[in-house]
Amino acid sequence: MRIAATAAFALALGLAAPAAVAQASWEPTRPVQFIVPAGTGGGADQMARVIQGIVSKHNLMRQPIVVVNKAGGAGAEAFLETKAARGNPHILLITLSNLFTTPLATGIPFRWTDLTPVAMLALDEFILWVNAEAPYTTVPAFLDAARANRLRIGGTGSRQEDQIIAAAITKATGVNFTYIPYQGGGAVAVALVGKHVEATVNNPIEAVTHWRAGALRPLCVFDGRRLPVTEKMTETQAWSDISTCAESGLDVEYLMLRGIFMAPGVSQAQVAYYIGLLERVRATPEWQELMRQGAFNTTTLTGEEFKAWLTREEERHRTLMTEAGFVASR
Amino acid sequence: MDQFGLLLGGFAVALDPWNLALMVIGIVLGVVIGVLPGLGGANGVAILLPLTFSLSPVSAIILLSCIYWGALFGGAITSILFNIPGEPWSVATTFDGYPMAQQGRAAEALTAAFTSSFVGAFVAIVMITFVAPLVAGFALRFGPPEFFAVMFLAFASFIGMGTGSPLKTLMATMAGFLLACVGLDSVTGTLRLTFGTTELIRGFDFLVAVIGLFGIGEILTSIEEGLAFRGANARIDLSVVRRTWAELPRHWALSLRSSLIGCWMGVTPAGATPASFMSYGVARRLAKPGEVPFGKGRIEGVIAPETAAHAAGTSALLPMLALGVPGSPTAAVLLGGLMMWGLQPGPMLFVEQADFVWGLIASMYLGNIVGLVLVLVAVPWFAAILRVPFAVIAALILVICSIGAYTVNNAWFDVVVMLCFGVLGYAMKKLDYPLAPLVLALVLGNRTEQAFRQSMLSSQGDLGVFWSNWLVGSIMTVGLMLLFWPVISRVRGAISVQLARREG
Repeated sequence: MRIAATAAFALALGLAAPAAVAQASWEPTRPVQFIVPAGTGGGADQMARVIQGIVSKHNLMRQPIVVVNKAGGAGAEAFLETKAARGNPHILLITLSNLFTTPLATGIPFRWTDLTPVAMLALDEFILWVNAEAPYTTVPAFLDAARANRLRIGGTGSRQEDQIIAAAITKATGVNFTYIPYQGGGAVAVALVGKHVEATVNNPIEAVTHWRAGALRPLCVFDGRRLPVTEKMTETQAWSDISTCAESGLDVEYLMLRGIFMAPGVSQAQVAYYIGLLERVRATPEWQELMRQGAFNTTTLTGEEFKAWLTREEERHRTLMTEAGFVASR
Repeated sequence: MDQFGLLLGGFAVALDPWNLALMVIGIVLGVVIGVLPGLGGANGVAILLPLTFSLSPVSAIILLSCIYWGALFGGAITSILFNIPGEPWSVATTFDGYPMAQQGRAAEALTAAFTSSFVGAFVAIVMITFVAPLVAGFALRFGPPEFFAVMFLAFASFIGMGTGSPLKTLMATMAGFLLACVGLDSVTGTLRLTFGTTELIRGFDFLVAVIGLFGIGEILTSIEEGLAFRGANARIDLSVVRRTWAELPRHWALSLRSSLIGCWMGVTPAGATPASFMSYGVARRLAKPGEVPFGKGRIEGVIAPETAAHAAGTSALLPMLALGVPGSPTAAVLLGGLMMWGLQPGPMLFVEQADFVWGLIASMYLGNIVGLVLVLVAVPWFAAILRVPFAVIAALILVICSIGAYTVNNAWFDVVVMLCFGVLGYAMKKLDYPLAPLVLALVLGNRTEQAFRQSMLSSQGDLGVFWSNWLVGSIMTVGLMLLFWPVISRVRGAISVQLARREG
């Protein structure tokens, strides 16, 4: 009995030890490049820089993080470069939905499977906004107005998340919109305030200030459940008071990935190191504050679950984009 | 007035010794960043942003915005001394600033540039202080058609008067538009003119092109002409500053006009670069014919772009604070910073964070004064760089250019692109093709095209949208008049000749 127990213990130790030792032994030996596949000032860039700030402020890592923007070709440049850096453990990549949309829209030789998924940090929400002076206060009224007169939806970039949501609305309701691409989320929100477009699907953080100033009105949130933040943002409303689009009769759901990837061919121990690092980042008050401000969906995933989620989302993007005619012909 | 009280409160915040120290550090860093081409204000601010996590938001924004002022000042230095624009908005400064340096008037050009920068910024800050809400409301009226009209006006004011062959100007412009097309088409989301290569996906960055065209092109020309900076041996001391200052008040109308152009372009938000080009173009057109033509070292050619660039760069912070839309790439990074510190830019910021906003505005006044003093004192030193033998400085310039080109996107390919643009710049100079229209088309091409196509999308292809209200209509009409000015003035001349003949 004792022998068996010892044997089992030794076996368990034998199996567990190498992994444990490897996990403890690896840590970055050079500064870590944090690649942002978008320009400075956007949502992904902001998140990367917050992480950089948190890591240095709380001394979470011996080596510094250096944020590098590679916005070329809607992120194509960043993806191809990370793909080419096989086995380099000192590169992190933060992604947005262009992880799926850019390869499909431009036909560059890249898929997310070319990278090593590390963790989903959060999901960014999308809300259907209209000008506060517009006559429609509900989703059905808005859709009726759009049926009567073709309305314009403003969004960030082309053939990316905002336009995909617009296409999904058309698919769900049969109502056509004119989609007008702008450079960044802030510009989109202001275009709506200035009535240059009739609706937008801005992220909460991009439009919140105009909502609070009484210039914009949220109609519904493109998530399966309402936003969790119950603190009043305007006189009468909190994020949690905005109904989901499905509740309002518009059956469209869309969330944007804020995830971390590494180059292909890195070891398990290296992935595990960054998973641990990100867990510590998430526990800091600065991170909690960012999540609260942006009303993020704080779902996090790692490992196989994350991969399964990525597989599902890629398929969904392919379907939506193919139907809308957004996929590059080869 | 209400604003005065708030502003005084702001000064109390900004005059804190710690904040004053940060101001000086920020300005010095900014000047260094501005001098190095490629490492623009946006990059500099982005790199330092995480370090500000441990500061209070007011101190942090004072530090970062002072880096921005410093970069605005610093961009002019290399433009004037070496014909290498340290920042995109100082390209127009090279047109007359560099010839002045070649004639041994570097210190004069630098003093004029710094002083005009200060004047431009000052006008913009006064505007922000007193009419911010009004101006923010005006900015809201700018949709894609208005934006296109402004861009069109910038092109028209700069190109219409063309001193050289109109055909060559047109060809250079078109080449610029063509180069601007490479990369991702932001309206359809597809790739253009990349020929399946990865490197071209990024397109040609304006800064890389400019460093090559101006910096490398200039070195090639200098080598051909015998390894020397011409006429760079003037006596240099601080009295130059006094003498230049005595002359500057004569140009008050020019300064005021350039400041207004700058404020307008900064708020819309078109940014400092088009503002500098537009202001230079307008100055050249409206100037009285003097002994020195524009482009050959005329001081107005330095005052106009510098005043406008600094006015635009400063007023670009207004839409950022009041609307949450960055007026320049650097403002975009600052915007990210605001959110990191837990401040939500936009209409509510002025109401809920009055301390922060007025502290920042007060720091703009102080920061620019501190900046002006610092750079003016350093004028003799900057100008003395020209006494270093060309054989030494040329190698240094090459290194700085290469680092600059690499830093823009952290890409080796860009260094190659820069060298190619250098050869192109040399060839164009030899064949007497103007560089400025190419640069203008390259920097504004994408945004102009995007604004045009956004307008077409939203009007379903109706060109009438450019005359759909008085604002866009009047800008377009002025633009068209400027564009066809040579034709109009010729026709007018012909008619008056005819009349004179008939009478005689």
